[in-house]
Amino acid sequence: MGKYISFFRMRFLNGFQYRTAAAAGIVTQFVWGTMEILLFHAFYKASPEAFPMELSALSSYVWMQQAFLALFMTWFWEKELFDAIQTGNVAYEMCRPADIYTMWFVRGMANRAAKAVLRCMPILLLAFILPKPYGLVLPSDSKVFAWFLLSMLLGFLVVVAFGMVIYSITFYTVNPMGIRMVSQSLAEFLAGAVIPLPFLPNKIRSIVELLPFASMQNAPFRIYSQDISGAAVYQTVLLQIFWLIVLVAIGKTIMDKALGGLTVQGG
Amino acid sequence: MRLYVKYLGIHVKSIMQYKTSFLLTTIGQFLVSFNVFLGMMFMFQRFSNVEGFTYSECLMCFAIVLLAFSLAECFFRGFDGFAGMIGNGEFDRILVRPKGLIFQVISSKIELSRIGRMLQAIVMFVYAVPRSGINWNFEKIATVFLMIFGGTIVFAALFILYAALCFFTLEGLEFMNVFTDGAREYGKYPVNIYGKNVLKVCTYIVPFALFQYYPFLYLTGKSEAHYLALLPLAGCFFLLPCYLLWRLGVRHYKSTGS
Repeated sequence: MGKYISFFRMRFLNGFQYRTAAAAGIVTQFVWGTMEILLFHAFYKASPEAFPMELSALSSYVWMQQAFLALFMTWFWEKELFDAIQTGNVAYEMCRPADIYTMWFVRGMANRAAKAVLRCMPILLLAFILPKPYGLVLPSDSKVFAWFLLSMLLGFLVVVAFGMVIYSITFYTVNPMGIRMVSQSLAEFLAGAVIPLPFLPNKIRSIVELLPFASMQNAPFRIYSQDISGAAVYQTVLLQIFWLIVLVAIGKTIMDKALGGLTVQGG
Repeated sequence: MRLYVKYLGIHVKSIMQYKTSFLLTTIGQFLVSFNVFLGMMFMFQRFSNVEGFTYSECLMCFAIVLLAFSLAECFFRGFDGFAGMIGNGEFDRILVRPKGLIFQVISSKIELSRIGRMLQAIVMFVYAVPRSGINWNFEKIATVFLMIFGGTIVFAALFILYAALCFFTLEGLEFMNVFTDGAREYGKYPVNIYGKNVLKVCTYIVPFALFQYYPFLYLTGKSEAHYLALLPLAGCFFLLPCYLLWRLGVRHYKSTGS
Protein backbone atom coordinates (compact mmCIF):
# COMPACT_ATOMS: atom_id res chain seq x y z
CA MET A 1 0.00 0.00 0.00
CA GLY A 2 2.81 2.37 0.97
CA LYS A 3 4.46 2.20 -2.40
CA TYR A 4 1.25 3.13 -4.17
CA ILE A 5 0.77 6.11 -1.89
CA SER A 6 4.25 7.41 -2.57
CA PHE A 7 3.72 6.80 -6.28
CA PHE A 8 0.57 8.88 -6.01
CA ARG A 9 2.49 11.65 -4.26
CA MET A 10 5.21 11.65 -6.89
CA ARG A 11 2.75 11.94 -9.74
CA PHE A 12 0.66 14.50 -7.92
CA LEU A 13 3.61 16.81 -7.33
CA ASN A 14 4.67 16.32 -10.91
CA GLY A 15 1.29 17.52 -12.11
CA PHE A 16 1.51 20.47 -9.75
CA GLN A 17 4.32 22.09 -11.71
CA TYR A 18 2.20 23.54 -14.46
CA ARG A 19 0.84 26.55 -12.65
CA THR A 20 0.70 29.09 -15.48
CA ALA A 21 -1.12 26.59 -17.64
CA ALA A 22 -3.55 26.18 -14.79
CA ALA A 23 -4.12 29.93 -14.54
CA ALA A 24 -4.92 30.13 -18.23
CA GLY A 25 -7.14 27.10 -17.83
CA ILE A 26 -9.06 28.78 -15.05
CA VAL A 27 -9.81 31.81 -17.22
CA THR A 28 -10.90 29.55 -20.06
CA GLN A 29 -13.15 27.49 -17.87
CA PHE A 30 -14.70 30.51 -16.26
CA VAL A 31 -15.67 31.91 -19.65
CA TRP A 32 -17.02 28.54 -20.76
CA GLY A 33 -19.10 28.23 -17.64
CA THR A 34 -20.52 31.71 -18.10
CA MET A 35 -21.44 31.05 -21.72
CA GLU A 36 -23.02 27.73 -20.83
CA ILE A 37 -25.18 29.31 -18.15
CA LEU A 38 -26.23 32.20 -20.42
CA LEU A 39 -27.19 29.64 -23.05
CA PHE A 40 -29.39 27.63 -20.72
CA HIS A 41 -30.80 30.85 -19.37
CA ALA A 42 -31.97 31.77 -22.88
CA PHE A 43 -33.74 28.43 -23.18
CA TYR A 44 -35.28 28.98 -19.78
CA LYS A 45 -36.67 32.33 -20.90
CA ALA A 46 -38.16 30.70 -23.99
CA SER A 47 -40.28 28.26 -21.98
CA PRO A 48 -39.67 27.97 -18.21
CA GLU A 49 -42.21 25.15 -17.85
CA ALA A 50 -40.18 22.85 -20.11
CA PHE A 51 -37.04 23.32 -18.02
CA PRO A 52 -36.36 20.05 -16.19
CA MET A 53 -34.23 21.44 -13.36
CA GLU A 54 -34.27 24.48 -11.13
CA LEU A 55 -32.36 27.27 -12.80
CA SER A 56 -30.05 27.70 -9.81
CA ALA A 57 -29.50 23.93 -9.70
CA LEU A 58 -28.39 24.08 -13.31
CA SER A 59 -25.97 26.92 -12.53
CA SER A 60 -24.47 24.91 -9.68
CA TYR A 61 -24.18 21.91 -12.00
CA VAL A 62 -22.33 23.93 -14.64
CA TRP A 63 -19.93 25.52 -12.14
CA MET A 64 -19.15 22.19 -10.53
CA GLN A 65 -18.55 20.77 -13.98
CA GLN A 66 -16.09 23.53 -14.82
CA ALA A 67 -14.33 23.43 -11.46
CA PHE A 68 -13.83 19.68 -11.43
CA LEU A 69 -13.41 19.18 -15.16
CA ALA A 70 -10.05 17.49 -14.63
CA LEU A 71 -11.56 14.80 -12.45
CA PHE A 72 -14.27 13.83 -14.86
CA MET A 73 -13.07 14.51 -18.39
CA THR A 74 -13.30 11.29 -20.37
CA TRP A 75 -11.22 12.65 -23.24
CA PHE A 76 -8.06 12.92 -21.19
CA TRP A 77 -5.60 10.14 -21.96
CA GLU A 78 -2.05 9.53 -20.94
CA LYS A 79 -0.12 9.21 -24.10
CA GLU A 80 2.76 7.62 -22.22
CA LEU A 81 0.63 4.63 -21.33
CA PHE A 82 -0.54 4.10 -24.89
CA ASP A 83 3.06 4.41 -26.03
CA ALA A 84 4.23 1.95 -23.39
CA ILE A 85 1.70 -0.56 -24.65
CA GLN A 86 2.45 0.04 -28.31
CA THR A 87 6.23 0.04 -28.13
CA GLY A 88 6.38 -2.79 -25.65
CA ASN A 89 7.97 -0.67 -22.95
CA VAL A 90 5.29 -2.06 -20.73
CA ALA A 91 7.78 -4.89 -20.17
CA TYR A 92 9.84 -2.55 -17.99
CA GLU A 93 6.82 -1.75 -15.92
CA MET A 94 6.26 -5.45 -15.42
CA CYS A 95 9.71 -5.78 -13.87
CA ARG A 96 8.67 -3.50 -11.04
CA PRO A 97 7.55 -5.16 -7.87
CA ALA A 98 4.10 -3.67 -8.11
CA ASP A 99 0.85 -4.54 -9.76
CA ILE A 100 0.56 -2.68 -13.07
CA TYR A 101 -3.18 -2.25 -12.86
CA THR A 102 -2.98 -0.65 -9.43
CA MET A 103 -0.02 1.46 -10.40
CA TRP A 104 -1.66 2.86 -13.50
CA PHE A 105 -4.88 3.39 -11.63
CA VAL A 106 -3.06 5.42 -9.00
CA ARG A 107 -1.26 7.32 -11.69
CA GLY A 108 -4.51 8.28 -13.39
CA MET A 109 -5.93 9.40 -10.07
CA ALA A 110 -2.88 11.51 -9.22
CA ASN A 111 -2.74 13.30 -12.55
CA ARG A 112 -6.37 14.21 -12.49
CA ALA A 113 -6.36 15.17 -8.83
CA ALA A 114 -3.36 17.48 -9.25
CA LYS A 115 -5.02 19.27 -12.15
CA ALA A 116 -8.29 19.60 -10.32
CA VAL A 117 -6.78 20.89 -7.06
CA LEU A 118 -4.90 23.59 -8.95
CA ARG A 119 -7.97 24.73 -10.81
CA CYS A 120 -11.03 24.23 -8.70
CA MET A 121 -10.61 26.80 -5.93
CA PRO A 122 -10.59 30.07 -7.92
CA ILE A 123 -13.48 28.90 -10.06
CA LEU A 124 -15.54 27.85 -7.06
CA LEU A 125 -14.81 31.13 -5.29
CA LEU A 126 -15.77 33.25 -8.28
CA ALA A 127 -18.89 31.19 -8.80
CA PHE A 128 -19.94 31.70 -5.18
CA ILE A 129 -19.71 35.47 -5.54
CA LEU A 130 -21.97 35.61 -8.60
CA PRO A 131 -25.56 36.75 -7.96
CA LYS A 132 -28.37 34.27 -7.57
CA PRO A 133 -29.64 32.23 -10.39
CA TYR A 134 -26.20 32.44 -12.04
CA GLY A 135 -23.95 31.52 -9.14
CA LEU A 136 -23.07 28.47 -7.15
CA VAL A 137 -25.21 27.92 -4.06
CA LEU A 138 -24.30 25.84 -1.04
CA PRO A 139 -26.65 22.95 -0.38
CA SER A 140 -29.09 23.70 2.41
CA ASP A 141 -28.07 20.68 4.43
CA SER A 142 -24.66 19.44 5.52
CA LYS A 143 -25.82 15.84 5.00
CA VAL A 144 -26.30 16.60 1.31
CA PHE A 145 -22.77 17.89 1.22
CA ALA A 146 -21.42 14.70 2.78
CA TRP A 147 -23.27 12.56 0.25
CA PHE A 148 -21.95 14.81 -2.51
CA LEU A 149 -18.35 14.27 -1.38
CA LEU A 150 -18.81 10.51 -1.24
CA SER A 151 -20.49 10.47 -4.63
CA MET A 152 -17.79 12.66 -6.13
CA LEU A 153 -15.08 10.30 -4.92
CA LEU A 154 -16.94 7.34 -6.38
CA GLY A 155 -17.59 9.14 -9.67
CA PHE A 156 -13.93 10.03 -9.93
CA LEU A 157 -12.95 6.40 -9.38
CA VAL A 158 -15.47 5.26 -11.98
CA VAL A 159 -13.90 7.62 -14.55
CA VAL A 160 -10.42 6.26 -13.84
CA ALA A 161 -11.68 2.67 -13.92
CA PHE A 162 -13.36 3.31 -17.25
CA GLY A 163 -10.09 4.69 -18.59
CA MET A 164 -8.33 1.56 -17.39
CA VAL A 165 -10.73 -0.64 -19.36
CA ILE A 166 -9.83 1.29 -22.50
CA TYR A 167 -6.09 1.07 -21.79
CA SER A 168 -6.41 -2.69 -21.30
CA ILE A 169 -8.28 -3.17 -24.56
CA THR A 170 -5.42 -1.35 -26.27
CA PHE A 171 -3.24 -4.41 -25.65
CA TYR A 172 -5.27 -6.16 -28.33
CA THR A 173 -5.38 -3.48 -31.00
CA VAL A 174 -2.52 -2.08 -32.99
CA ASN A 175 -3.98 1.36 -33.35
CA PRO A 176 -5.57 2.70 -30.18
CA MET A 177 -7.03 5.75 -31.92
CA GLY A 178 -10.28 4.17 -33.02
CA ILE A 179 -11.43 2.76 -29.73
CA ARG A 180 -10.28 5.87 -27.94
CA MET A 181 -12.23 8.22 -30.16
CA VAL A 182 -15.43 6.24 -30.08
CA SER A 183 -15.35 5.55 -26.35
CA GLN A 184 -14.54 9.11 -25.38
CA SER A 185 -17.24 10.77 -27.42
CA LEU A 186 -19.80 8.22 -26.35
CA ALA A 187 -18.81 8.60 -22.72
CA GLU A 188 -18.81 12.37 -22.92
CA PHE A 189 -22.35 12.56 -24.14
CA LEU A 190 -23.77 9.82 -21.94
CA ALA A 191 -22.07 11.23 -18.84
CA GLY A 192 -23.91 14.50 -19.22
CA ALA A 193 -20.92 16.62 -20.16
CA VAL A 194 -22.58 18.07 -23.26
CA ILE A 195 -26.00 18.68 -21.75
CA PRO A 196 -27.01 17.55 -18.26
CA LEU A 197 -28.91 14.26 -18.41
CA PRO A 198 -32.27 15.67 -17.21
CA PHE A 199 -32.46 17.50 -20.54
CA LEU A 200 -32.69 14.24 -22.47
CA PRO A 201 -36.13 12.99 -23.52
CA ASN A 202 -37.60 10.92 -20.68
CA LYS A 203 -37.45 7.53 -22.37
CA ILE A 204 -33.81 7.84 -23.36
CA ARG A 205 -33.00 9.37 -20.03
CA SER A 206 -34.35 6.47 -17.98
CA ILE A 207 -32.01 4.09 -19.79
CA VAL A 208 -28.99 6.40 -19.85
CA GLU A 209 -29.23 6.99 -16.12
CA LEU A 210 -28.54 3.31 -15.48
CA LEU A 211 -25.37 3.19 -17.58
CA PRO A 212 -21.93 3.48 -15.98
CA PHE A 213 -21.44 6.88 -17.59
CA ALA A 214 -24.22 8.37 -15.47
CA SER A 215 -22.20 7.33 -12.43
CA MET A 216 -19.45 9.76 -13.37
CA GLN A 217 -20.15 13.51 -13.11
CA ASN A 218 -23.91 13.26 -13.34
CA ALA A 219 -24.32 11.68 -9.91
CA PRO A 220 -22.30 14.00 -7.63
CA PHE A 221 -23.26 17.24 -9.34
CA ARG A 222 -26.94 16.51 -9.24
CA ILE A 223 -26.73 15.39 -5.64
CA TYR A 224 -25.01 18.66 -4.85
CA SER A 225 -27.60 20.79 -6.59
CA GLN A 226 -30.30 18.66 -4.91
CA ASP A 227 -31.74 17.69 -8.23
CA ILE A 228 -31.36 14.17 -6.91
CA SER A 229 -32.64 14.01 -3.34
CA GLY A 230 -34.26 11.73 -0.81
CA ALA A 231 -34.13 7.99 -1.45
CA ALA A 232 -32.82 8.54 -4.97
CA VAL A 233 -29.48 9.56 -3.44
CA TYR A 234 -28.91 6.12 -1.91
CA GLN A 235 -29.91 4.48 -5.15
CA THR A 236 -27.50 6.62 -7.15
CA VAL A 237 -24.60 5.99 -4.81
CA LEU A 238 -25.27 2.24 -4.79
CA LEU A 239 -25.31 2.24 -8.55
CA GLN A 240 -21.98 4.06 -8.53
CA ILE A 241 -20.45 1.42 -6.25
CA PHE A 242 -21.86 -1.32 -8.47
CA TRP A 243 -20.34 0.15 -11.63
CA LEU A 244 -17.03 0.84 -9.94
CA ILE A 245 -16.70 -2.82 -8.98
CA VAL A 246 -17.79 -4.02 -12.42
CA LEU A 247 -15.43 -1.70 -14.30
CA VAL A 248 -12.46 -2.53 -12.10
CA ALA A 249 -13.20 -6.25 -12.51
CA ILE A 250 -13.44 -5.95 -16.30
CA GLY A 251 -10.32 -3.84 -16.59
CA LYS A 252 -8.30 -6.08 -14.33
CA THR A 253 -9.40 -9.28 -16.07
CA ILE A 254 -8.60 -7.99 -19.54
CA MET A 255 -5.25 -6.65 -18.43
CA ASP A 256 -4.20 -9.81 -16.57
CA LYS A 257 -5.13 -11.87 -19.60
CA ALA A 258 -3.19 -9.61 -21.94
CA LEU A 259 -0.12 -9.51 -19.71
CA GLY A 260 -0.28 -13.26 -19.18
CA GLY A 261 -0.08 -13.80 -22.92
CA LEU A 262 2.59 -11.18 -23.44
CA THR A 263 5.83 -12.39 -24.91
CA VAL A 264 8.73 -10.02 -24.60
CA GLN A 265 11.14 -10.20 -27.49
CA GLY A 266 14.72 -9.40 -26.69
CA GLY A 267 16.52 -6.30 -27.85
CA MET B 1 -0.26 29.65 -55.66
CA ARG B 2 1.25 26.91 -57.75
CA LEU B 3 3.71 26.23 -54.99
CA TYR B 4 0.84 25.97 -52.53
CA VAL B 5 -0.86 23.37 -54.69
CA LYS B 6 2.36 21.46 -54.73
CA TYR B 7 2.60 21.61 -50.93
CA LEU B 8 -0.99 20.46 -50.78
CA GLY B 9 -0.10 17.51 -52.96
CA ILE B 10 2.76 16.60 -50.66
CA HIS B 11 0.52 16.73 -47.61
CA VAL B 12 -2.09 14.57 -49.27
CA LYS B 13 0.54 12.02 -50.20
CA SER B 14 2.04 11.96 -46.73
CA ILE B 15 -1.36 11.48 -45.16
CA MET B 16 -2.21 8.68 -47.54
CA GLN B 17 0.78 6.77 -46.18
CA TYR B 18 -1.25 6.29 -43.01
CA LYS B 19 -4.71 5.67 -44.34
CA THR B 20 -6.24 4.08 -41.26
CA SER B 21 -4.93 6.75 -38.98
CA PHE B 22 -6.34 9.41 -41.29
CA LEU B 23 -9.69 7.68 -41.45
CA LEU B 24 -9.87 7.32 -37.69
CA THR B 25 -9.01 10.95 -36.96
CA THR B 26 -11.60 11.98 -39.51
CA ILE B 27 -14.20 9.84 -37.78
CA GLY B 28 -13.09 11.23 -34.45
CA GLN B 29 -13.53 14.80 -35.66
CA PHE B 30 -16.95 13.86 -36.88
CA LEU B 31 -17.95 12.28 -33.58
CA VAL B 32 -16.87 15.25 -31.49
CA SER B 33 -19.04 17.69 -33.37
CA PHE B 34 -21.75 15.06 -33.61
CA ASN B 35 -22.03 15.22 -29.83
CA VAL B 36 -22.69 18.92 -30.05
CA PHE B 37 -25.34 18.26 -32.65
CA LEU B 38 -27.00 15.62 -30.45
CA GLY B 39 -27.08 18.06 -27.57
CA MET B 40 -28.78 20.63 -29.77
CA MET B 41 -31.30 18.13 -31.08
CA PHE B 42 -32.37 17.05 -27.61
CA MET B 43 -32.58 20.63 -26.38
CA PHE B 44 -34.96 21.50 -29.19
CA GLN B 45 -37.09 18.44 -28.52
CA ARG B 46 -37.83 20.06 -25.20
CA PHE B 47 -37.92 23.70 -26.25
CA SER B 48 -39.50 24.77 -29.51
CA ASN B 49 -37.39 27.89 -29.96
CA VAL B 50 -34.82 30.10 -28.33
CA GLU B 51 -35.10 33.89 -28.68
CA GLY B 52 -37.34 33.27 -31.67
CA PHE B 53 -34.91 31.05 -33.51
CA THR B 54 -36.16 27.60 -34.44
CA TYR B 55 -34.30 24.31 -34.52
CA SER B 56 -33.56 24.33 -38.24
CA GLU B 57 -32.46 27.95 -38.12
CA CYS B 58 -30.00 27.22 -35.33
CA LEU B 59 -28.84 24.15 -37.20
CA MET B 60 -28.09 26.30 -40.21
CA CYS B 61 -26.26 28.81 -38.04
CA PHE B 62 -24.20 26.02 -36.50
CA ALA B 63 -23.44 24.56 -39.94
CA ILE B 64 -22.16 27.88 -41.23
CA VAL B 65 -19.93 28.50 -38.22
CA LEU B 66 -18.63 24.94 -38.26
CA LEU B 67 -17.90 25.14 -41.96
CA ALA B 68 -16.05 28.43 -41.59
CA PHE B 69 -14.10 27.09 -38.64
CA SER B 70 -13.10 23.85 -40.31
CA LEU B 71 -12.06 25.66 -43.49
CA ALA B 72 -9.89 28.02 -41.47
CA GLU B 73 -8.53 25.14 -39.43
CA CYS B 74 -7.80 23.07 -42.50
CA PHE B 75 -5.65 25.70 -44.14
CA PHE B 76 -4.38 27.88 -41.31
CA ARG B 77 -3.73 25.39 -38.55
CA GLY B 78 -0.03 25.63 -39.34
CA PHE B 79 -0.12 28.51 -36.87
CA ASP B 80 -1.30 26.18 -34.16
CA GLY B 81 2.02 24.40 -33.90
CA PHE B 82 3.81 27.71 -34.09
CA ALA B 83 5.05 27.60 -30.49
CA GLY B 84 6.87 24.41 -31.41
CA MET B 85 8.22 26.03 -34.55
CA ILE B 86 9.85 28.80 -32.56
CA GLY B 87 11.03 26.35 -29.94
CA ASN B 88 12.88 24.00 -32.27
CA GLY B 89 14.35 26.66 -34.52
CA GLU B 90 12.20 25.74 -37.51
CA PHE B 91 11.20 29.38 -37.76
CA ASP B 92 14.83 30.42 -38.36
CA ARG B 93 14.89 28.16 -41.34
CA ILE B 94 11.73 29.79 -42.63
CA LEU B 95 13.22 33.27 -42.21
CA VAL B 96 16.07 32.55 -44.59
CA ARG B 97 13.88 31.23 -47.38
CA PRO B 98 12.87 33.59 -50.19
CA LYS B 99 9.11 33.30 -49.76
CA GLY B 100 6.53 35.05 -47.59
CA LEU B 101 6.63 34.02 -43.95
CA ILE B 102 2.92 33.58 -43.57
CA PHE B 103 2.78 31.58 -46.75
CA GLN B 104 5.41 29.18 -45.48
CA VAL B 105 3.84 28.73 -42.08
CA ILE B 106 0.49 28.08 -43.67
CA SER B 107 1.83 25.51 -46.05
CA SER B 108 3.87 23.76 -43.37
CA LYS B 109 0.78 21.98 -42.20
CA ILE B 110 -2.50 21.32 -43.92
CA GLU B 111 -4.95 19.45 -41.76
CA LEU B 112 -7.03 17.33 -44.06
CA SER B 113 -8.45 15.29 -41.22
CA ARG B 114 -10.71 18.26 -40.54
CA ILE B 115 -12.77 16.93 -43.39
CA GLY B 116 -14.69 14.99 -40.74
CA ARG B 117 -15.92 18.21 -39.25
CA MET B 118 -16.61 19.73 -42.62
CA LEU B 119 -18.62 16.69 -43.61
CA GLN B 120 -20.76 17.11 -40.55
CA ALA B 121 -21.30 20.78 -41.34
CA ILE B 122 -22.35 19.96 -44.88
CA VAL B 123 -24.78 17.25 -43.76
CA MET B 124 -26.41 19.62 -41.28
CA PHE B 125 -26.55 22.33 -43.87
CA VAL B 126 -28.26 20.10 -46.41
CA TYR B 127 -30.70 18.99 -43.75
CA ALA B 128 -31.49 22.52 -42.63
CA VAL B 129 -31.81 24.25 -46.00
CA PRO B 130 -35.26 22.95 -47.03
CA ARG B 131 -36.62 23.05 -43.46
CA SER B 132 -35.54 26.55 -42.52
CA GLY B 133 -38.40 28.23 -44.36
CA ILE B 134 -36.00 30.65 -46.03
CA ASN B 135 -37.03 32.00 -49.41
CA TRP B 136 -33.93 31.19 -51.36
CA ASN B 137 -32.94 33.70 -53.97
CA PHE B 138 -29.67 35.01 -55.28
CA GLU B 139 -29.12 37.46 -52.44
CA LYS B 140 -29.67 34.87 -49.74
CA ILE B 141 -27.32 32.39 -51.34
CA ALA B 142 -24.71 35.10 -51.66
CA THR B 143 -25.24 35.92 -47.98
CA VAL B 144 -24.46 32.34 -46.98
CA PHE B 145 -21.26 32.42 -48.99
CA LEU B 146 -20.28 35.75 -47.49
CA MET B 147 -20.94 34.43 -43.99
CA ILE B 148 -18.75 31.40 -44.58
CA PHE B 149 -16.05 33.51 -46.18
CA GLY B 150 -16.11 36.14 -43.44
CA GLY B 151 -16.06 33.46 -40.78
CA THR B 152 -13.08 31.72 -42.31
CA ILE B 153 -11.17 34.99 -42.39
CA VAL B 154 -12.00 35.85 -38.78
CA PHE B 155 -10.93 32.43 -37.55
CA ALA B 156 -7.79 32.60 -39.67
CA ALA B 157 -7.03 36.00 -38.14
CA LEU B 158 -7.38 34.46 -34.70
CA PHE B 159 -4.92 31.74 -35.60
CA ILE B 160 -2.46 34.38 -36.78
CA LEU B 161 -3.05 36.35 -33.57
CA TYR B 162 -2.26 33.23 -31.58
CA ALA B 163 1.00 32.76 -33.46
CA ALA B 164 1.88 36.43 -33.05
CA LEU B 165 1.44 36.13 -29.29
CA CYS B 166 3.85 33.18 -29.36
CA PHE B 167 6.61 35.65 -30.17
CA PHE B 168 6.11 37.36 -26.85
CA THR B 169 5.23 34.55 -24.50
CA LEU B 170 4.77 30.84 -24.68
CA GLU B 171 2.92 30.53 -21.43
CA GLY B 172 -0.75 30.67 -20.75
CA LEU B 173 -1.87 30.91 -24.33
CA GLU B 174 -4.54 28.35 -23.58
CA PHE B 175 -7.00 31.20 -23.08
CA MET B 176 -6.97 31.75 -26.86
CA ASN B 177 -9.09 28.61 -27.03
CA VAL B 178 -11.94 30.69 -25.73
CA PHE B 179 -11.97 32.53 -29.03
CA THR B 180 -11.31 29.65 -31.40
CA ASP B 181 -12.78 26.46 -29.98
CA GLY B 182 -15.12 28.41 -27.77
CA ALA B 183 -16.51 30.39 -30.68
CA ARG B 184 -17.06 27.21 -32.64
CA GLU B 185 -18.80 25.63 -29.69
CA TYR B 186 -21.01 28.56 -28.73
CA GLY B 187 -21.44 29.87 -32.27
CA LYS B 188 -23.96 27.10 -32.77
CA TYR B 189 -26.60 29.53 -31.56
CA PRO B 190 -26.96 33.11 -32.83
CA VAL B 191 -24.80 35.25 -30.57
CA ASN B 192 -27.58 37.46 -29.25
CA ILE B 193 -29.07 34.69 -27.12
CA TYR B 194 -26.13 35.05 -24.75
CA GLY B 195 -27.29 38.56 -23.92
CA LYS B 196 -26.36 42.11 -24.79
CA ASN B 197 -22.90 42.17 -23.26
CA VAL B 198 -21.68 39.12 -25.10
CA LEU B 199 -23.14 40.53 -28.30
CA LYS B 200 -21.20 43.75 -27.78
CA VAL B 201 -17.93 41.92 -27.24
CA CYS B 202 -18.62 39.81 -30.31
CA THR B 203 -19.32 42.89 -32.39
CA TYR B 204 -16.65 45.35 -31.39
CA ILE B 205 -13.77 43.30 -29.99
CA VAL B 206 -13.74 39.99 -31.82
CA PRO B 207 -16.18 40.32 -34.71
CA PHE B 208 -17.97 36.99 -34.51
CA ALA B 209 -21.39 38.58 -34.67
CA LEU B 210 -20.52 40.34 -37.92
CA PHE B 211 -20.39 37.08 -39.83
CA GLN B 212 -22.87 35.19 -37.71
CA TYR B 213 -25.69 37.03 -36.00
CA TYR B 214 -26.28 40.14 -38.13
CA PRO B 215 -26.24 38.55 -41.59
CA PHE B 216 -28.18 35.66 -40.12
CA LEU B 217 -31.00 38.06 -39.28
CA TYR B 218 -31.18 38.98 -42.92
CA LEU B 219 -30.88 35.36 -44.04
CA THR B 220 -33.80 34.18 -41.93
CA GLY B 221 -35.89 37.16 -42.95
CA LYS B 222 -36.01 38.63 -39.44
CA SER B 223 -34.67 41.84 -40.90
CA GLU B 224 -34.99 43.27 -44.38
CA ALA B 225 -31.91 45.48 -44.23
CA HIS B 226 -29.68 44.45 -47.09
CA TYR B 227 -26.56 45.97 -45.64
CA LEU B 228 -26.54 43.29 -42.93
CA ALA B 229 -25.53 40.77 -45.57
CA LEU B 230 -22.36 42.74 -46.24
CA LEU B 231 -21.20 42.89 -42.64
CA PRO B 232 -19.05 39.74 -42.93
CA LEU B 233 -16.79 41.77 -45.21
CA ALA B 234 -16.45 44.37 -42.48
CA GLY B 235 -15.47 41.55 -40.13
CA CYS B 236 -12.54 40.77 -42.40
CA PHE B 237 -10.89 43.98 -41.22
CA PHE B 238 -10.14 42.08 -38.04
CA LEU B 239 -7.32 40.51 -40.01
CA LEU B 240 -5.51 43.85 -40.07
CA PRO B 241 -4.62 44.30 -36.38
CA CYS B 242 -3.76 40.62 -36.15
CA TYR B 243 -1.43 40.91 -39.09
CA LEU B 244 0.20 44.04 -37.67
CA LEU B 245 0.84 42.29 -34.38
CA TRP B 246 2.36 39.43 -36.31
CA ARG B 247 4.66 41.87 -38.12
CA LEU B 248 5.63 43.41 -34.81
CA GLY B 249 6.34 39.95 -33.48
CA VAL B 250 8.56 39.06 -36.40
CA ARG B 251 10.57 42.22 -35.84
CA HIS B 252 10.76 41.50 -32.14
CA TYR B 253 11.88 37.93 -32.76
CA LYS B 254 15.18 36.68 -31.44
CA SER B 255 16.16 33.18 -32.28
CA THR B 256 16.28 30.61 -29.54
CA GLY B 257 19.68 29.82 -30.93
CA SER B 258 19.33 26.07 -31.16
